[in-house]
Amino acid sequence: MAVGEVMRMEVPAGGDLTVSSPELHVLAVDDSVVDRKVIERLLKISSCKVTTVESGTRALQYLGLDGNTGASDLKDLKVNLIVTDYSMPGLTGYDLLKKIKESSTFREIPVVIMSSENILTRIEQCLKEGAEDFLLKPVKLADVKRIKQLIMRNEAEDCKTLSHSNKRKLGEEVVDTSSSSSSSSSSSSSHDDDDSYVKDFPSSKRMKSESENFSSFL
Amino acid sequence: MELGQMQKSLQDYTKSLFVEGILDSQFLQLPQLQDESNSDFVSQVVSLFFQDSDRILNDLSLSLDQKVVDFEKVDPYVHQLKGSSSSIGAQRVKNACVVFRSFCEQKNVEACHRCLQQVKQEYYLVKNRLETLFKLEQQIVASGGMISAMDLGF
Repeated sequence: MAVGEVMRMEVPAGGDLTVSSPELHVLAVDDSVVDRKVIERLLKISSCKVTTVESGTRALQYLGLDGNTGASDLKDLKVNLIVTDYSMPGLTGYDLLKKIKESSTFREIPVVIMSSENILTRIEQCLKEGAEDFLLKPVKLADVKRIKQLIMRNEAEDCKTLSHSNKRKLGEEVVDTSSSSSSSSSSSSSHDDDDSYVKDFPSSKRMKSESENFSSFL
Repeated sequence: MELGQMQKSLQDYTKSLFVEGILDSQFLQLPQLQDESNSDFVSQVVSLFFQDSDRILNDLSLSLDQKVVDFEKVDPYVHQLKGSSSSIGAQRVKNACVVFRSFCEQKNVEACHRCLQQVKQEYYLVKNRLETLFKLEQQIVASGGMISAMDLGF
């Protein structure tokens, strides 16, 4: 898999897509050592692979986005989700989010922001910039499970779209599973999912506490 | 003391921490993150919290003792402590930090000194209580008993 490419599941040619559950690799960013330990366990117990880093800068370094054209060792990165604290010294979670969405390689990776402060304008700003979701700290197991389900569901949607386009092309010569076509289909389907997500998940924290106000922002 | 009595003591002791507001429901999230491969998670993360808090409180004391207090430095420390205490469910420490931050905003040096004392008090209290809690657990385990996450939940 190419660097930054969102996880794809193997699509059997001509067959139905059976979605098994490969592990998500999550990059967790937080300047608090206690919070890093907690988020790491929250994710691991939810069957995710986890890499924790202590700052936005380190996160960019890990992804190879810090201007150092690194390497072939970046090939096995495969980060499927980034979870980041908002208030960090230096690069904030919002700054990190922007940098990721500006990157053609990594913009497909879902980014979730965590914050101890329930500030509506902050939430709106992050979602506008392309954040997948916003978690209020302290983060609970139910929050992580919900996020994971959301991400896995988006992945399954992307694969379904891919599999449908494959089925159409099977009549033709060669199945086109190149990354350019798959990423364009994934961005459109995940965008649709964002809208339905807001409607279908009224239990998300931001909806719970600010439901009426929040939906009027959209 | 026989095992059943020890377990009852542990339950009562744990309950009291919630009743007194020293711990909140976030603390109950922690045993859910413990499993066979990470059987020590709760005590590990709590120890980490103690180490981290000792460091922050030290830095806070130093910052507030400066002739000219730099609130740009003080506030982030309090924010950090507020965050970590919240993550492990140390409710009274967190609440004391919230008050502290409001005085930082007002740049009220004297009030901040008082807040620091308050935060330290709450911190030593939760530290003391949690250390006792873990000792009780150790005694139970040493006597052949088991601690389940159920003992902490109610």
